[in-house]
Amino acid sequence: MTDYNFAYLDEQTKRMIRRAILKGLAIPGYQVPFASREMPMPYGWGTGGVQVSAAVLTPDDTFKVIDQGADDTTNAVSIRRFFEKTAGVAVTEATVDASVIQTRHRIPEQDLRSDQILVYQVPIPEPLRFLEPSEVETRKMHSLEEYGLMHVKLYEDISQHGAIATAYAYPVKVEGRYVMDPSPIPKFDNPKLNMAGIQLFGAGREQRIYAVPPYTDVVSLDFDDYPFEASKADHACDLCGAEDSYLDELIVDDAGGRMFMCSDTDYCAGRRKAGCIGAQGVPYQEDVA
Amino acid sequence: MQTTTLMGGFVNAPLDSARAFRQIMTAVAQPGIINDAVGATPPAPLSVAAGVVLLTLCDPDTPVFLTAEFDTDDVRAWITFHTGAPLVDAAKASFAVGSWGDLPITDFAIGTSEYPDRSATLIVEVASLNPEGAELRGPGIKGKATLSLPETAAFQQNTALFPLGLDFVFTCQNRLAALPRTTKVNAIKVS
Repeated sequence: MTDYNFAYLDEQTKRMIRRAILKGLAIPGYQVPFASREMPMPYGWGTGGVQVSAAVLTPDDTFKVIDQGADDTTNAVSIRRFFEKTAGVAVTEATVDASVIQTRHRIPEQDLRSDQILVYQVPIPEPLRFLEPSEVETRKMHSLEEYGLMHVKLYEDISQHGAIATAYAYPVKVEGRYVMDPSPIPKFDNPKLNMAGIQLFGAGREQRIYAVPPYTDVVSLDFDDYPFEASKADHACDLCGAEDSYLDELIVDDAGGRMFMCSDTDYCAGRRKAGCIGAQGVPYQEDVA
Repeated sequence: MQTTTLMGGFVNAPLDSARAFRQIMTAVAQPGIINDAVGATPPAPLSVAAGVVLLTLCDPDTPVFLTAEFDTDDVRAWITFHTGAPLVDAAKASFAVGSWGDLPITDFAIGTSEYPDRSATLIVEVASLNPEGAELRGPGIKGKATLSLPETAAFQQNTALFPLGLDFVFTCQNRLAALPRTTKVNAIKVS
């Protein structure tokens, strides 16, 4: 017997995770404790996301994995192969073709549809953790809706830097109740948390699952006189010329030369295939690598 | 033990429960939509959909409560054999099965302010399930949706408890819909 059970995990574990997902969807933004399992990859490599994906995938799904927007990084490739092998699912790099997308630290540029599911890998699910180390205390703060400390933190950003300097893992309030860590996505992605797809968050080491159903009200915390701003590098993609996508900055030589390129590789490739060329780009060719 | 007890489970548990869970999850995530639930053939009076939900979500970790109508030897034996779930009083149950009028709504766990997830999920067997009737608004719903509900007042009270409260799955033959505690329910006035 060398076969894996479908999607690697045993059935009782999947039932436990599935129940946590349902409670998460019923209480948007609340972190549901679950009995996280050891997975055949280290903590920090997406064990929470992998367990949520394992509980959600069906044999009919098409699975996509992105790591900081890219389909071709080590983490993304290994997780994609993991489910190709253990669940036999079809895989894709195209956002539009995927039914389940596991992501580390980005939301795809392409708007998701209501039949798509986005699974986030979360390192620290508790937005208050760096302000209050005790789980007993943070749990009490959530139960009392006591989020003043988070506003103090954002205020201190303003007093020190003149603006809210938090650039990623920017805290949000879900449906007017729970303050939630959207995982370390850039704050550029925060407005996209109001989407048509189902969003599930898995934190393996910290043993928490939480969720945001479609069309749920997700508001980035801010002040009347310092409103939330979804920022990105003030540049266009050097490969495809996109001005509306989140950019990575790359050092390309020893002389300080640099270029900006879309962090979402599928979005960038799609634009280049359609004939868009950036300042340093070359016309798209199949298998140019 | 009757041989019928041993029948009616999932034929291929990993794949059948994965497909069934997707139907349950999308129903909970988008209140108002009605999904198919197939793969189980539980003993009467359990509907196919209620059987599918029990097989997909229940195991020895989840105590189940049955109302008198469903508390038959056949049903008890079937749930015990296929899921291993203990059968208990309403107050201790994580899941419950019953017709709307028979479920002791006020007896179930609604969670605590620190652990609102420690609340019961009620599987409500209904005679008909249609996308018309009460008006639903809230997370998972674009604008509004409609769903045939057995009543509205109890669900409005449940929503007022948020973040505490009960979550409901309505089952009818081989179809199901869900009503999480976040959904705001309004009766449509008949003119």
